[in-house]
Amino acid sequence: MFRLDKDNPTLRLIVRYMVLTLIALIFVTPILFMMMSSLKPDQQLLADTSSIRAFLPIGDISFDNYKAAFERAPIGMFMLNSLLVTGVTVVLGLLVCSMAGFSFVFLNWRGKSIAFSIILATLIVPFETIAIPMLLMVSKLPWLGLDGFSWGWLNSYRVQIIPFIADGLTIFLFAQYFKDLPKELIEASRIEGCSWWQVYWRVVMPLSGPIIATAAILKFLAMYNQYLWPIMVTQQEQYRPVLVGLQYFFQLNTAWGEVMAYLTIITVPVLAFYLALQRAFIASIASTGVKG
Amino acid sequence: MKITKNLALTLLSAGALGSAFVSTCAFAKTDLSLWYHGAGNKVEAKVINQIVNDFNRSQSDWNVVLESFPQGSYNDSVVAAALANNLPDILDVDGPVMPNWAWAGYLRPLLIDKNKIADFLPGVKGYWDGKLYSIGLWDSAVAMVTRRSTLNEVGARIPTIDSPWTEEEFNGVLKKLKATGKYDYPLDLGMAESGEWFPYAFSPFLQSFGGDLIDRSTYKTAEGTLNGPEAIAFGEWWQSLFVNGYAPGNSQDPADHETGLLEGKYAMQWYGNWAALKTLNKFGDDALFLPAPDFGHGPKIGAASWQFGVSAASKHPQGASDFIEFALQDKYLAAFSDSLGVIPPTQSAATLTTNYRQGGALSVFYVLSKAQALVRPVTPGYIVEAKVFEKALADIADGADVADTLDSAADEINADIEKNRGYSR
Repeated sequence: MFRLDKDNPTLRLIVRYMVLTLIALIFVTPILFMMMSSLKPDQQLLADTSSIRAFLPIGDISFDNYKAAFERAPIGMFMLNSLLVTGVTVVLGLLVCSMAGFSFVFLNWRGKSIAFSIILATLIVPFETIAIPMLLMVSKLPWLGLDGFSWGWLNSYRVQIIPFIADGLTIFLFAQYFKDLPKELIEASRIEGCSWWQVYWRVVMPLSGPIIATAAILKFLAMYNQYLWPIMVTQQEQYRPVLVGLQYFFQLNTAWGEVMAYLTIITVPVLAFYLALQRAFIASIASTGVKG
Repeated sequence: MKITKNLALTLLSAGALGSAFVSTCAFAKTDLSLWYHGAGNKVEAKVINQIVNDFNRSQSDWNVVLESFPQGSYNDSVVAAALANNLPDILDVDGPVMPNWAWAGYLRPLLIDKNKIADFLPGVKGYWDGKLYSIGLWDSAVAMVTRRSTLNEVGARIPTIDSPWTEEEFNGVLKKLKATGKYDYPLDLGMAESGEWFPYAFSPFLQSFGGDLIDRSTYKTAEGTLNGPEAIAFGEWWQSLFVNGYAPGNSQDPADHETGLLEGKYAMQWYGNWAALKTLNKFGDDALFLPAPDFGHGPKIGAASWQFGVSAASKHPQGASDFIEFALQDKYLAAFSDSLGVIPPTQSAATLTTNYRQGGALSVFYVLSKAQALVRPVTPGYIVEAKVFEKALADIADGADVADTLDSAADEINADIEKNRGYSR
């Protein structure tokens, strides 16, 4: 029998674990439902939704939905497109936004405060409000590529990448993080003869693991989940990303098992990326000790 | 000697190149881009690809290049392409949306021989402003789906096209079915669906009561049609379905909508021909596809599905129209019908199909389409009217005051018409 006072460590531990388990269940059950449903035929899937069976691999289990999903849509191509667009945008975005953040925090230049305020203001502008002006703009922009000079960026990877490399939130996150770095470290580097580029690349960035991981995760999710912009700018199947591909599965009679199989497949990179960076995030904090 | 040899070689090369150029020109075809909403539907893709391939082989002027889009994002893609001046030559358009796209300048009238579509069901002909802008290769219809044994059990008369249920009879059937206690609900209206389903499936009830989304004589106001006495009578009847527990409301589980009738949770279902085959497979001869009830102004069902049109941006409208005319052959209409279960638009195509030929399992839908179909309001403002109507019906189902809700809906539609200067060209 446990004593019900607040000093009982065993009871506190049990309560803590119960709360944590409950929270974990809230997050895990939708994913579990998706994965289990992807293994069931539609009739069973729909019948199971109202019971605990929805979360269990029981009944008529098979990988038929996965096979059918691959037959219905070019999933590999959609995945490749999304990973390419997301990967390039994240890498370039981290570079550009961190440099912008560095400039706002450590360099002195005329109009810095106004420029930073304008960038902050972009955080409250929903993308939907600027989508059409952006569409009109990119449809008329010039491009010099391997196949020569052309007008208009529609139906390309660049139209899905370049407009999203720099964004207000990532710049803001980097700037806020850089503000908390020890000023003495920067000053010492300058006194030792480092150029601003060297300060940025050799001093500041190695100390910025946590914010790089955080910004990467946020940007990855935003890019991987792109839907509105791709349907506006990619009329050719060869450039479509995964979320537009999801629409391939919604017909008059929706094949829910295939939908769940497709969702399971496209969720894997997100989970993998998050888990990979989660480790980097923790390791970065442990190794730098700056934020302690 | 060497110079002569080189000259001869040069002339030979030039001759060969010239010949190749002429030969290439002789076989050069002009590309026509075609956008289609069926990405992800393998069966549909097979038929449309067959038509494209047959057309490309049948003549030497045009080469149609197909690009398929997923249906859920198709309209957004087209509107975005129109803004970016990037429309294709040929595109398909949902029937009720066509007037908006024609009004917005996305479409141009078709250049096809009208005699070739004289026998087509009225619902598949996309006329607006007196001009033919689009033509469908199939139509769809809804019916009251149930089982003969279900109706016999409560002693209900089985209605026919000539003698559909009256409002009183229909309500009586619902009451009796409810009283059996065997079903979660007597009727599944498909409230789990959203979007175009509401105006497509439910505005015919309103029209049968004598109301409408808009005054079709002018298309300038919804006052009196969407909030007049007939519309209010419809709204009160609509609300009674949910108050009396005859139909599941807005929170209906989509899974129940998919399987409820088949599993015996619902006694009847108001649903379309595209889902009819699974009902037939489950119930066989016991399955019934009944006409819409007559609420006083004749039984009505919706009409007009996806149709083909030519973009206003096309530099080759004749070639684009030629392709559409080519696609109107009975064999293709029948192929779509057999593959997708849709209704062929001509009797001659119907006779080629498995399900819609005389005595075919789904032939009743062709008859229903011919006898009861009423296209949704043929106006550019329809796309707003549809959304306003959907919200009003959902609110009324949730218990909102009928008169107030329909008044607000009519005001909203009128405000949109005014904002767009009457949708005049």
